[in-house]
Amino acid sequence: MTDLTVGRSPEPAAPARARREWYGIAGRYGAGLLLLVLFAYNAAFTPNFLTPTALLDVQLRQAAPVTIVALGMALVIALAGIDLSVGSVMAVAGQVGALSLVAGLDPVPAIVLALLASAACGAFNGVLVARYGVQPIIATLILFIAGRGIAQLLSDGALISFRSPDFQFLGLGRIAGIPMPVVLMVLVAAALWFVVRHTGYGRTLPATGGNEPAARLAGVRTGRVKLVAYVTCGVLAGLAGLAAIAITSASDANNVGLGVELQAIAAVAISGTPLSGGRITVGGTFVGAVTLVLLRNTLVAHGIPTEIAQIVTGLVIVLALFLQRRGR
Amino acid sequence: MSSEPLLRMRGIDKDFAGVPALSGVDMTVAPGEVRALIGQNGAGKSTLIKVLTGVHRRTGGRIRFAGRDVDFGSPQEAQRAGIAPIYQEVNLIPYRSVAENVCIGRAPRRFGLLDWRAVNAEARERLAALGVHVDVTRPLHTYPIATQQMTAIARALAFDARLVIMDEPTSSLAEHEVGILLDVIRRLRDAGVAVVFVSHRLDELYAVADTITVLRDGRTVADAPIAELSKYELVSAMLGRELAESGRRGHRTDAAAEPVVLEASGLRRPPALNGSSVSVRRGEVVGLAGLLGSGRSETARAIFGADPPRGGEVRVAGEPAAFAAPRDAIRARIGFCPEDRKAEGIIPELSVRENLTLALLPRLTRRGIVDRARQREIVARFVDRLGIKLAGPDQKIGELSGGNQQKVLLARWLCTRPDLLILDEPTRGIDVGAKQEIRDLIGELADDGLSVLLISSEIEELVTGCDRVLVLRDGATVAEFSGAGISEDAILHAMAEGVSAGVRTEGGTDD
Repeated sequence: MTDLTVGRSPEPAAPARARREWYGIAGRYGAGLLLLVLFAYNAAFTPNFLTPTALLDVQLRQAAPVTIVALGMALVIALAGIDLSVGSVMAVAGQVGALSLVAGLDPVPAIVLALLASAACGAFNGVLVARYGVQPIIATLILFIAGRGIAQLLSDGALISFRSPDFQFLGLGRIAGIPMPVVLMVLVAAALWFVVRHTGYGRTLPATGGNEPAARLAGVRTGRVKLVAYVTCGVLAGLAGLAAIAITSASDANNVGLGVELQAIAAVAISGTPLSGGRITVGGTFVGAVTLVLLRNTLVAHGIPTEIAQIVTGLVIVLALFLQRRGR
Repeated sequence: MSSEPLLRMRGIDKDFAGVPALSGVDMTVAPGEVRALIGQNGAGKSTLIKVLTGVHRRTGGRIRFAGRDVDFGSPQEAQRAGIAPIYQEVNLIPYRSVAENVCIGRAPRRFGLLDWRAVNAEARERLAALGVHVDVTRPLHTYPIATQQMTAIARALAFDARLVIMDEPTSSLAEHEVGILLDVIRRLRDAGVAVVFVSHRLDELYAVADTITVLRDGRTVADAPIAELSKYELVSAMLGRELAESGRRGHRTDAAAEPVVLEASGLRRPPALNGSSVSVRRGEVVGLAGLLGSGRSETARAIFGADPPRGGEVRVAGEPAAFAAPRDAIRARIGFCPEDRKAEGIIPELSVRENLTLALLPRLTRRGIVDRARQREIVARFVDRLGIKLAGPDQKIGELSGGNQQKVLLARWLCTRPDLLILDEPTRGIDVGAKQEIRDLIGELADDGLSVLLISSEIEELVTGCDRVLVLRDGATVAEFSGAGISEDAILHAMAEGVSAGVRTEGGTDD
């Protein structure tokens, strides 16, 4: 190999540097700032916004499934990967859970079965990526397409409705007045935060994503790190799927989790996490997901058509990416 | 060379952000001349080629090509003028047929459609002229790299290339393929095409080149008919001779009494490794010398399990050890600082703290939880011990200077308390002060009982810092020097000519 020697680029001048730092901060905390702005705006102009019902039951509960999926997505994106299959995995988990309940299983075994199914989906993705080196977008595209087909096949395309108050607790119940989906979302975020910050796995994750050959030479089992991330991402998608069907007490394989993969990726992106890997921010992802949901709800609540709301969401993502790039 | 030169580069300068990569480089090539271009990593070979082919704009100097002054703004422009670079990673279209790759962009048409018969016939003919006979309708990627390179050459000639530049074309070829390639170069020469040939395999250069240009630190240090430059002179010119006799490591006289920590013999992983052997005793610094492509890094990677060897034996503390992955080698208390710090060493976005303790992580973790207090304490200790300059342990490693990054990587291994540390070019690309600090540190560590396998392209670093020096050539150990027998002269001779004086084969007899 003949390398060319390139000198270190000179330090930027002070004003340019200050500007870059400002952009950096804006890029990192942009989603949080936007959340504050949205909150303040709604507090001032949206009737009944500052009530527990509106905040917990409407905003946060709606945000819960997307947020749980986005947290799993953040793991995979920290490895410079992506998981397009999460929406289909939600549908699969919903179908398996619903079928198990209809077959007479108790809620707990039904939940376990559904989560096992989603773990298997995640393992499929993980093995393709980690063991066979398939590009993540292609590897997970397989289940993105086939997964929903499998889900539909499980009930021959029919909607499965069930009655199981214990199971529905997952979607409709409350602990200390807080809706279960919100409780789940906070628990998942807290657990993930702990894993990322305090465990050995949490440290090997950004190392593998940041420089895989270097991590391997330092003894990190990079393949296993990836596999675990994809399985976790699958299980979290499954959990989100169960919460979704518990709310409606019916599993509709055609609609559960539809489009959630893109919302989850968007949530991670606006949290200031580069898709090139090496970084993860649990808090940022949480805020990013909640912000996107609140943004859409705010626009819709003020009579702005859904189409326009979607365009605005797109613009917000562009802004977030712009700030990140300038902050580098 | 009586004819008017085809290419004349005069006083070429090139700066990158004020740092000179080339200063006043000259090179001429006549039609039908094969010119070898050689130099160490960073000597400026690639930069020179990129300036010539329009990838980089030169900062100063003149280039005349085919009788006129030129200043190529893009590789396409250079290509149109008749300069064709053939890269190591062939830049063709792997899933199209050989014929399409040869003719693409200028394929014969009939009635507005591709005339496949004519395309195939032309490709077949052009390859046959190079002595290559293959089924041109098969996709390119189904052929070995040698054939792909031939295709690239045929394609270049189809565009009336007058100067073909080959940048290390043989590094990934098997031996018989190298023969074919050299043969093609001779055919090009006979057809009046000029060739610039970059390679580090001296035998190839001497087999095929007419003239040679040697670069060092961005300057031309030799320019001569190759017959007038011996291999020894070539290597001396390439590496420079700046031996400082002072500061030489006090060679251990008692080393032979120490137990053997590492014994690797007959390591094979073709084409790079063809039976290299290495042994290191406790507290010994063993140097690995050799030209680029001689298999130094590959030997280290094979021992460490990064690219496990396909043949040969590795013994650690006398026990057979076949590491399938670096993790296994680390468990056996071996550490490895790779050559390319950026690509394989640092994790730029992570903090110094995380980078430093990455290899130690399994031992810092109890039931999955990282012991942060111990982590902080270890980082503080090594930052202090190695004099690493940083704003704080949470600073990103990517923001540190090269020397400080290297110290963090050394600390990454030292904190695992290894028995053997393999260092691949540990002082490359760092400033002089840090260089000396790291060299001193290696000596101190060895005095404390650490065994070190030191790979370096700087001969004086090996001469002054090692108890023993092994020389690799074409993937095999060809010479060994120890104690007073270590001299710059001896090492250079062995690197250049593979003189096997003093080769001692070890292993297999002690039990």
